[in-house]
This record gives sequence, C-alpha cells and structure tokens, in this order.
Amino acid sequence: MSGDGLVLRAEDATLGYGGRTVVEGLGLDVAAGEILVVLGPSGCGKSTLLRAFAGLLPAVSGRVLADGEPVTGTSADRALMFQDDALLPWRTARRNVELALALRGVPRGERRAAAVRWLDRVGLGDAAGRLPRELSGGMRQRVQLARTLAAGPRAILMDEPFGALDAQTRASMQRLLLDVLADAPATVVFVTHDVDEALLLGHRVVVLGAAGVAAEFPAPASRDEVLAALGARTKEVV
Amino acid sequence: MNGLLRWPVRLASLLAALAAWQLVTAADLRLWVRFDRFPGPLDVVHEFARQIEHGQFWQDIAQSLTRILSGFVLAAVLGVALGVATARSKWAGDLLQPLFEVARPIPAIALVPVAILLFPANEQGIVFITFAAAFFPVLVSTRHAVKALPVVWEDAVRTLGGGRWRVLAQVVLPGVLPGVFGGLSIGMGVAWICVISAEMISGDFGVGYRTWQAYTIVDYPGVLVGMAVIGLLGWLTSAAVELAGRRLTRWLPGEERS
Repeated sequence: MSGDGLVLRAEDATLGYGGRTVVEGLGLDVAAGEILVVLGPSGCGKSTLLRAFAGLLPAVSGRVLADGEPVTGTSADRALMFQDDALLPWRTARRNVELALALRGVPRGERRAAAVRWLDRVGLGDAAGRLPRELSGGMRQRVQLARTLAAGPRAILMDEPFGALDAQTRASMQRLLLDVLADAPATVVFVTHDVDEALLLGHRVVVLGAAGVAAEFPAPASRDEVLAALGARTKEVV
Repeated sequence: MNGLLRWPVRLASLLAALAAWQLVTAADLRLWVRFDRFPGPLDVVHEFARQIEHGQFWQDIAQSLTRILSGFVLAAVLGVALGVATARSKWAGDLLQPLFEVARPIPAIALVPVAILLFPANEQGIVFITFAAAFFPVLVSTRHAVKALPVVWEDAVRTLGGGRWRVLAQVVLPGVLPGVFGGLSIGMGVAWICVISAEMISGDFGVGYRTWQAYTIVDYPGVLVGMAVIGLLGWLTSAAVELAGRRLTRWLPGEERS
C-alpha cells in the first residue's frame, strides 16, 4: 500500500455542472487517515463533492486540494467508488479487480491470485468467473468494493457504496472496510443516507447543505443530534 | 404452429417455388412477364455443375473475395479509428467531420470515374470503391457508439489511475463493439453491392465481371449462376461478421439466452 492517507481540502469551493451551481462556498478539511462521513438531503452536492475530490469535476471557483496541491485531474491516489454499477460489463468479476491491480503496477503473473484474494475478502471468491450481468446488484457492489480496495488508493471516495446491500452484507462490508483501513491507512470520504452507518464508520460526520457544511459532529456523536441537524434542513425521514 | 411441422413447411415452400419456376420456364409462358427466354432451375444447375469444374470459376471467386476483404478490412480499421477520434477529440472532429459530411452522401459506385483517374491499376480502384462503401457505415456507427458510452465506466477507470490510452483500450474499444458490429454488418452488405457493380463496370476478373460478361454473350444460365454465387458469398461473409460480433459481445444482457 502506498503510505498514509491523503489530506483533502476544499477552500471556498463552488461546485456545479454547466452553469448550474450545486454547492457554494464550501470549506471542508479532511485529515490524513480520517473517515469523514457526509450526510445531507438529496441534491445537496454530496456526490458532486466526491467528483471534485476525485478530479472528475473542476471547481467553478475556489480550490480543491489534495496534500496541499490543487486537484487538476484524476489520479490513482484518489479512487471513487460509485453508487451504481461501474464495473466493466465485458470483464468477469476477477478481471475487473485485475484491472485495478494492473493500473497499480502489479506484475501480470501476480494479478490473478491477488484478485481472487480480494474477491474472497468480499465473499465472492466463487463468483470470480462471472460477468457483472450474472451477479445481483449487491454482489456487483461488493466486486466494486474489492476493485476499489485492490487499487490501494490513499483516498477512498465512496458514494453510497452499500445502499444496495441487505443489512447483513452491509454490516460485513463495513467491517471489511474498517479492517482494510487498519492495515493500510487511507483517507475516506463516505457519503450515505444512513445515520447509523454514518455513526458506525465516521470519525467525524458533516451535514452538507447548499451553502456548504451545515452541521458538524466529531465522533462519538449522538444519533439524536445528527438526526436533528438533518431534520432541521429537510423534511424527509432519514 | 407445431414445432415439428415448421421445417417441412419451410422446405415445401422453397420446393414449390422451384417447381413453379421450372414449370413456367418449361412451358415458355408469356403472360405480361415473359419466361420464354428465361432459364429454368435445371438449366442453372447444369451450368453451375459445368462451371465448378473450371479453374476460372474459382479464380473469379478468389478475386472478388480478395477485393472485398481488402476493402472491408481497410474500412473497418479506418472507420473505427476515425470514428473514435472524431467522437473523442474536438480537434479531430473539427478537422475531419466536415470532410466526411461532404463525402458521405456520394454513392460509392459513383466514384468509379474518380477511381479510374486516381489509381494506376484497375484492381486498386475496385478496392478503393469497396472501401468507400463500407467505410461510412462503420464510421457513423462507431461515432454514435462512442457518444452513447456510459460515462461511469470511463470515470471508474480514470479514478483507478487509468490514463487516456488505458481508457481507450480498456473502456472505449470494448464498449463500442456492439455498435461497431452493427456498422460492420451494414458495411459488408454495401461492400458487396459496390464490388460487384465495380467489377461489372471496370473489372477483367471476378464474379461481377463474369456475370455481366455472361449477359453480353447471351448466356442466361451463366448470369443466374453468377447471381446465385454472389448471393451465397454475400450470405457467408455477412454470417461471418455476425458470428464474430456475437462472439465478441457475449457480455451483452441480450446474449444470455442465445
């Protein structure tokens, strides 16, 4: 694994798509090795923030920094795990993970065994030879987790990664994520709608609104406090 | 309809058509359409049996196949390459797209005079026309397939550290294959139309040339043999493209049942 986690920072950042501003004047610091969970109503810019950190979306104004350097494009240091299916459909589960290993520079001869090890860790060792269309949505999401972790990034940006999983699998994936992070420290920015998941995983929880960070809770935060902060901004039940 | 009954019905339909053809030609029927000089299926079969004994028949087939495959492979390679380039690069799009839009409406067969003027040998001209016919369907379908590619695949590979060439090799090229094969199938069809027409106009060998020559020497069974051979070759090459396409795009959701 490639050292410690990245330090991520958004400085007075305004983010949006083609003239439509999603979030304005956002200031946010993520420390190296921290797990920051981002909550907020739909459309408040949680995914947009992840895309900006990943280097897929340049800031309209303000700055987005990784280890103090402006983010100008994507990098193997900052992997994004998508909420919907981002596996390459013509590659089997194993070959999807192998791609991440290849991009990381793992020699050809070692990729296969390493990919199967990662699939074993997400409980899909038996499904290594299957194509994404032969897997359920939850299984595909687990393959994506294996692929993202196999890349060994210094920052993992996760966009509601476990939303499609059943409660039990979700719990084991959360444990796996924490296990992997214990071996290979990385900075995590984790977007979710699930307050319990936020409190379980996060070192710190922020609630995002259209004008940036609306509320912030260092762990251990109380569930009621977080719910109240969300309830104050939205009418939806989280 | 009962599954067992379907094949005999299909076969009977073909045989009935052949029998009707034999009857109207044997009776020298002259209604509004005239069958008195039209060869019957038996004449065609005899002529076919005579021709396959001669080396010339096979030489013509080899000649036409060489022409169509050279033109088609050139069109496939350049069509995919330039389709991807014009869809993904603003520069390539602005430089090449206007040229393609101007040249595309010209039927490839109308390029025969251009080919005769441009190329030192007949052979190259015919390959050029075949290429021109197959190129545009491949180009256009590739361009559309690139534009329709889900962005998330590319984003995923880029955030795993993949650069421009990785994305091209691992995402774009495999991802556009289903669309490209649509263009290749159409391209193969029009390539046959054009290679046969070009041979009829300016060839000195080939199935198209031989078919036209049979007509000029009033060898009507020979004309029909030529047509049947063209149909058969066209069917075989299209089936080969189709088969390759299905092999390479097994991952598509619709392929699960086949």
